[in-house]
Amino acid sequence: MDIVTKTIAWFGDPANWSGQSGIPARLAEHVGISAITLALAIAITLPIGLWIGHTGRGTRLAVGLANLGRAVPTLAVMGILVPFTAVIDPALGFTTYPTILAMLLLAAPSILVNAYAGIHEVDRDLVEAARGMGFREWQILGRVELPVALPVVLGGVRSAAVQVLATATLGAIFGFGGLGRFLVDGIAQRDTGQIWGGVVLVAALVLSSETGFALLGRRLTSRGLRAGAATAATSPAGA
Amino acid sequence: MEPDERALGNAAATVEFEHVTKRYDAGENGPGAVNDLSFVVPAGKICVLVGPSGCGKTTSLKMVNRLIEPTAGRILIDGRDISTEDPIGLRRRIGYVIQQTGLFPHQTIGENIAVVPRLLGWPASRQRERAEELLGIVGLDAARYRDRYPSQLSGGERQRVGVARALAADPPLMLMDEPFGAVDPIVREHLQNELLRVQADLAKTILFVTHDIDEAIKMGDLVAVMQNGGRLAQFAPPAELLARPASEFVARFVGADRGLKRMSLMRVRDLPLHAAVTARPGDDAADALRRITADPFPYLLLVDRSGAPIGWFDEAEIPATGTLSADAAVSMSPLFAPETTLKDALSMLLDNEVQAGIAVDRGGRVLGLVTDGDIAAAARPDGPAARPDAGA
Amino acid sequence: MLDWGWLADHLGAFADRTVQHLYLAAVGLVVGFAIAFALGLVAIRRRRSYPPIAGAAGILYTIPSLVLFAALVPITGLSLLTAEVPLVIYTQVIFIRNIVAGFDAVPADVLEAADGMGYARDQRLLRVELPLAVPLIVAGLRVASVSTIGLVTITGTLGDRFGGLGFFIFEGYSRGFATEIAAGAVGSMVLALVVDAVLVRVQRFLTPWTRPPALAAERLPADAATS
Ligand SMILES: Nc1ncnc2c1ncn2[C@@H]1O[C@H](COP(=O)(O)OP(=O)(O)OP(=O)(O)O)[C@@H](O)[C@H]1O
Ligand SMILES: [Mg+2]
Repeated sequence: MDIVTKTIAWFGDPANWSGQSGIPARLAEHVGISAITLALAIAITLPIGLWIGHTGRGTRLAVGLANLGRAVPTLAVMGILVPFTAVIDPALGFTTYPTILAMLLLAAPSILVNAYAGIHEVDRDLVEAARGMGFREWQILGRVELPVALPVVLGGVRSAAVQVLATATLGAIFGFGGLGRFLVDGIAQRDTGQIWGGVVLVAALVLSSETGFALLGRRLTSRGLRAGAATAATSPAGA
Repeated sequence: MEPDERALGNAAATVEFEHVTKRYDAGENGPGAVNDLSFVVPAGKICVLVGPSGCGKTTSLKMVNRLIEPTAGRILIDGRDISTEDPIGLRRRIGYVIQQTGLFPHQTIGENIAVVPRLLGWPASRQRERAEELLGIVGLDAARYRDRYPSQLSGGERQRVGVARALAADPPLMLMDEPFGAVDPIVREHLQNELLRVQADLAKTILFVTHDIDEAIKMGDLVAVMQNGGRLAQFAPPAELLARPASEFVARFVGADRGLKRMSLMRVRDLPLHAAVTARPGDDAADALRRITADPFPYLLLVDRSGAPIGWFDEAEIPATGTLSADAAVSMSPLFAPETTLKDALSMLLDNEVQAGIAVDRGGRVLGLVTDGDIAAAARPDGPAARPDAGA
Repeated sequence: MLDWGWLADHLGAFADRTVQHLYLAAVGLVVGFAIAFALGLVAIRRRRSYPPIAGAAGILYTIPSLVLFAALVPITGLSLLTAEVPLVIYTQVIFIRNIVAGFDAVPADVLEAADGMGYARDQRLLRVELPLAVPLIVAGLRVASVSTIGLVTITGTLGDRFGGLGFFIFEGYSRGFATEIAAGAVGSMVLALVVDAVLVRVQRFLTPWTRPPALAAERLPADAATS
């Protein structure tokens, strides 16, 4: 009861809605950085994953790297980056740089693995049939493999999105802005309203992302495939 | 001997099916998987359940160890209704062999064989001894195989271990569901012979499922032919099945070559043998000629002093005077032992391009002659093979 | 870039924090495994309960870790309970999936043979199914251990009394000292790798039947792409 009233009170306080550390600013910061990082991660990793899935070349290396990437703990990744980024920039090197770099590094594996696996799992007979009908390789990838693999590929992006949002939250430990600030500052100040305000905001953000990608997946998936659509691997957002 | 072992009743058990019916979907009144099945398997006999795929063989078998419960009817083992017994205890007294072997991958071969003895609480040392003894019985070297894991064995070796495991607690009854179905024909033949050899010593009651009619005829003392809908088409010894199929279905199932199949069940000793006209080297030729002219069969058989055959004289080539000489006799016909099957005997006659073979006893003495005509006559449905006791 | 002298001076503190790290992780893993095993058994016996159980565990898994730790602070304070509950929750999806997959992987013919030979239900579970599920269960334990050891660093948010090797990350940040941050981070990763290696050994010891390469001709090597 205490938590609920305090949280409502925190949301009701106009002071928390204005300025650089207000809810809108933090939310914009969080969503903005996450979106940019995710876009960057997709742009870099997705083509690689699709190419590996189509050609089967470099499979072991990619899967190995991706598994390693999934296993490493977020906070440790940030920590290891600090000595390097701190050399480049003594101020941002402790905050923004390690956070964004970690977001990129940790988003990549799920995109890569699902892109690879999605394409790889497409029935080889289908590909042979397309080749037999005179499709070029890029046409096979674009018109046959990708549409069939789309649910799985998109599942990877969905996981990466949750990972990115979670990592951005953890960035607050390193002085990074975003919604994680409410959590870290709330704990430091023993401010229940602020903590749970942050909890509600991050949870809502993750939930919107999950729902958004689920809806997108349904829009983009061919109706013929919908019945047996594969579900995405759950994101390792915890670590 | 410990009391628990005697309780197993190491002698063979009698199995009775009494109007057994199984329907998987309870409400329906359809044909069901097994329909009003009744037969009796006497103790110590191998009864083979054979029939096309889906006719209810496995279902029938699994009702005996209560992995499946019948919808109606009773199954009795040694006169006792099994539905009154504790299924767990019942299963420990019945050996069970399946096609996929079901060996435990996490246990060594020795441990696998001792599974039921362990469940029964035998001391460890006896479990070990029993496992080694059984490996020997199924023809595997105990020292080599005992500590291996199933993944380190070939398919045929795994099947042997499966049989050994089923024998471990010396059960009076064994259930075998297509035990040799997954191995190649050569290994299968070998395993069949091994099982028959083991059975000759142990004389268990065995219910054996197969869909291969040749295997059924070879292995069974009794064969239950089942047809779709789980009905019993015929229950008879193999020879009778081949001689007098009870229905069109059975006739088709045993195949158009059932005359040939019957020949593989009958042996030379089952035939009425012709007495041969014999003579010894040094005998008077004129006398021999007189005797052979009186016999419808135009060949004289020369035998040595012990009665063992040496060679033939054509009636036309016997000199009118003097004595018979071993050098002039022409080469031998095939020799048959009394247990040679008629199928093998006919094959030997064809290979040697002769019409008659010589049946000899263990000591090599001539018992009589067998002609291709005799074999053909015996293989006809009204021949001696039709006698129920002939093949069993 | 790094201050090696500082590292040499703080080896004792490192040892203490390593022990704490292992302790915090072990508690979470043991409790997590116990709960997941019970849930896994329920899921196996009543198949229909599996989707909701796995689904709930999966949703909890997507909650960012810092959120879960923070959410508990107003309720259970800066306590061991606050540190452990999220660790336990995050193990669930990994453990449950692998336990169920492990039991599912037991071949049907082995189960039939066990029933046919007269194993009672619990005997079969304990002596046949469980041993055969061990490889996948241990695989789950490895993933859960690596993940939990990583998460223990975040318990440093709850103050100096927690965090294990993560303590150095937090202290290093507050002092603007890169060496200390990196030391805590590298230390926790090395710890995860070492524990993983130990668990590989444990699995080999527990499942000797998977060790020898299959000699039988029928056992063809598994498809390299899927292994
Ligand atoms: N668990 C089950 N539930 C429903 N129907 C079953 C079940 N098991 C078997 N049946 C059906 O019962 C019938 C008999 O099956 P059974 O396994 O006894 O055949 P079978 O003679 O052993 O065949 P096969 O030679 O192929 O092994 C089949 O029609 C089968 O589909
Ligand atoms: Mg069957």
